[in-house]
Amino acid sequence: MHLLSILIWLPIAAGVVILLLGEPRIATARWVALLASLATFLISLPLIARFNTGTAAMQFVEQLPWIARFHASYALGVDGISLPLVVLTAFVTIPVIIAAWTVIEARPAQYFAAFLIMEGLMIGVFCATDALLFYFFWEAMLIPMFLIIGIWGGPRRVYATIKFFLYTFLGSVFMLAALIYMYVKAGDYSIASFQALPLTLVEQRWIFIAFLLAFAVKVPMWPVHTWLPDAHVEAPTGGSVILAAIMLKMGGYGFLRFSLPILPDASRELDLLLIALSLIAVVYIGFVALVQQDMKKLIAYSSIAHMGFVTLGAFIVYQIVRSTGGLQGAGMGMDGAMVQMISHGLISGALFLCVGVLYDRMHSRQIADYGGVINTMPIFAAFMVLFALANTGLPGTSGFVGEFLVILASFKANFWYSLLAATTLIWGACYTLWLIKRVVFGPVANARVAALTDVNGREFLVLGALAVVVLLIGVWPAPLLKIMQPTIHHLVDQAVASKIP
Amino acid sequence: MPDTPMTWQSLAPAIPEIYLVVAVCVILMADVFAGQTRRGLTGTLTLLALAGGAAVTVLFAHVPQRTILFDGSYVADDLGFVLKLAGFLIVAVGLLYSRDYLEERGILRGEYYVLTLTALLGIFVLVSANSLLTVYLGVELLALSVYAMVAFDRDSGISAESAMKYFVLGAIASGALLYGMSMIYGLSGTLSLDELATHVHDPSSLGILMGLVFIVVAVAFKLGAVPFHMWLPDVYQGAPTSVTLFIGTAPKIAYFALALRLLTHGLGGTVVEWSQMLAVLAVLTLVVGNVVAIVQSNLKRMLAYSTIANVGFILLGFVAGTPEGYSAALYYTLVYILVALGSFGVILLASRKGFEADLLDHYKGLYKRDPLLALVMMLMMFSTAGVPPFVGFWAKLRIFQVLWETHHFWLVVISAAMSVVGAFYYLRIIKLMYFDAPPEHYPPPIHSAGVRMALGINAAALLVLGVLPAPLLDLCARLIR
Repeated sequence: MHLLSILIWLPIAAGVVILLLGEPRIATARWVALLASLATFLISLPLIARFNTGTAAMQFVEQLPWIARFHASYALGVDGISLPLVVLTAFVTIPVIIAAWTVIEARPAQYFAAFLIMEGLMIGVFCATDALLFYFFWEAMLIPMFLIIGIWGGPRRVYATIKFFLYTFLGSVFMLAALIYMYVKAGDYSIASFQALPLTLVEQRWIFIAFLLAFAVKVPMWPVHTWLPDAHVEAPTGGSVILAAIMLKMGGYGFLRFSLPILPDASRELDLLLIALSLIAVVYIGFVALVQQDMKKLIAYSSIAHMGFVTLGAFIVYQIVRSTGGLQGAGMGMDGAMVQMISHGLISGALFLCVGVLYDRMHSRQIADYGGVINTMPIFAAFMVLFALANTGLPGTSGFVGEFLVILASFKANFWYSLLAATTLIWGACYTLWLIKRVVFGPVANARVAALTDVNGREFLVLGALAVVVLLIGVWPAPLLKIMQPTIHHLVDQAVASKIP
Repeated sequence: MPDTPMTWQSLAPAIPEIYLVVAVCVILMADVFAGQTRRGLTGTLTLLALAGGAAVTVLFAHVPQRTILFDGSYVADDLGFVLKLAGFLIVAVGLLYSRDYLEERGILRGEYYVLTLTALLGIFVLVSANSLLTVYLGVELLALSVYAMVAFDRDSGISAESAMKYFVLGAIASGALLYGMSMIYGLSGTLSLDELATHVHDPSSLGILMGLVFIVVAVAFKLGAVPFHMWLPDVYQGAPTSVTLFIGTAPKIAYFALALRLLTHGLGGTVVEWSQMLAVLAVLTLVVGNVVAIVQSNLKRMLAYSTIANVGFILLGFVAGTPEGYSAALYYTLVYILVALGSFGVILLASRKGFEADLLDHYKGLYKRDPLLALVMMLMMFSTAGVPPFVGFWAKLRIFQVLWETHHFWLVVISAAMSVVGAFYYLRIIKLMYFDAPPEHYPPPIHSAGVRMALGINAAALLVLGVLPAPLLDLCARLIR
């Protein structure tokens, strides 16, 4: 069974089928989209069931020759880092499809097709164990996202989408140059042989910077984050969800898959830079989020702050080793980073869907246009409050687990790091709860809010499913941690070993 | 060199050229006798002749190993064989795209086809040239045919102007080429590229280097490398679009072969010198081509600057100075031609009489007016921007790869940065076509099913070659050893 290949190509094939069906047969196209996304998710479940949690090696491996001249192969596999992200991708696409069911008016078939093709490409990014194949999917993904924001986006969509494309393209091109450099030295493109390739400190530094350009833009880290608020605000709801839930995770995934194991010495040397940038993201971007007038923009800035925890958790490992002198508990930061990625994927996706629900009714994202939504939409308000609390890291929700682990890990490293990181519990609560206060609670603000109708069955289903998963991971994160554990142990070993020849 | 008797065996490798000469004569006669009424006949005949030419080439012109003919002035090898087949295909596709365009403007004359075929003959001569004289013969045959083609729409002032510019500047470049060749000949005493390859060594005399400089200038002019690119935007913009399509595609094969045969083979002994010269030219070309393209408002002119930028990448393949590098340049050239065919094909189909569809604004909302043309154009643009899964990505990857292999760190950085700059203006076209609303008053594009299918196949080829790049990469590597 080529499960991973099916996961990649089934949605892409469905996307092509929908494009061929075209706009006149949109009713059929919608069901094809839904069935394909459901099927992809169902096919991803056996991966969890049959995943061997006793090894850090790649599983469900597939390998076919692709370009013999470059020793590049169509090589797929998942380990404890990529498996949760694959399942997350397959899961999040379903609400995106359902949420757009009748909402998208212009060219709906192409909208569904774009998201399905996106899904296949994103799963490809997480599954590829060949660097060239990884890059192939990584870049190809830009095309559907570029079109999604550009065609279905808001008034400033053209500016936002071109900015998004060029930022990511700029970072990626230098990553490509670095990958080719390592290919020239290693003789093939498999990520494993890059990880085994001895590199001098100078080489590692340059490659690290090239990777940093690519991944920091994607995460996004301060100061290359400015594309994200624009892209989020202008993107249609589905685009925002996919951006926040999956595409941002690729940056974090890149650090864990490429930077740390391939460039351990440069990572050790430059870890303070990354930690500093992460803490700036956590603290400064938290303040920026506080003053936003636009709901989507506020959640976008909140995403940047939360992704700061991912990079902090990933690079805190060297500080832990330095201050404790051992590997005991060094992986805790990475555990936290991984949980944070999954959890943020769910929560930010859910929050963007909530904004989408409001936007579909009022066609405004301005916080000032709302107030007292709870009076007319009680069920919706319950969901939104739940996701907002999860976003602030309330114990019992998935948001708590990741942030807690990262703060704990940074406490092991240095008290001041953890203090700064922990302030996010305050800023996060400030901007999220203030948002809730202004939008959801209070008296009905105006006639348009008074005319709102509560969520319909479709919206209830989407938000309900996300709420269940957020709570599930919050109260019982053990299975997720168990899947990740061996891989993260292995990753810590790789990250602290020197590769200088 | 002993005289070889003219037998069938000794002539067979040159069949493509001989066939073309015969075809030109036949078509010229046929056109005269067909008269004004049956214009379509010449076009159909030409397409048949091109198909026949490809068949004849496959049947007779394939040589098991490198063969030298005509007292050392002509070489037949695998590279020439494949490039000639590609030449037949590219010209045929180009003519197919151009037909409706020419007909609507009343310039569908037999002479157009005859000139196209003589230009193709020039390309073939260049591709198979093995002496300085044959090189010059090919360059001139190609250039003179193209000058006439640029001026073909004789009622158009701008066409005549650009033909004049092209002719004057082209003559200067030809002069430079001939001057450089005369120096090399005077100092080495031979015209044969094979003998030059053994005579010219590094370090060379000052005279050889002087000759080399003139030859590099001529090659740079023909390819359109900065600072010898001035003619290119004017000619691309001023020529009838069908001629722009021709100039932008098939001759690039010839100029690739010119650089390959002349610099890497004949003057291979001076690789250190010319690769440094080309490195400077390549960087200038990349920067000027990409940056100036951003401010263009005319699509043909923008594509001309995009051509210049792409020439920069092709030159970088030569800068590497290794067979790997030359094969990367060949791959880039072929990929570039595929994209140029498609993008000028879209312009041809989008334009009608009195509406040249050459301004960027003419492409606003093209998606709504004609989804197929917009889709094809979008694929072309993503491909030249170097975004996977399209084949343009592999072309750029190959160039980066050979530059790393030859330790050209800064060239990698510059070309990577410039490919991001390039992405901007390619994206702008997609933005116009897909994100903007269409104006009301533009005439509908040409709906000719066969041509549209060809355009669709052209675009699909980008995707197929992008997902499965190995065969073409292997072919290019095999052709250059």
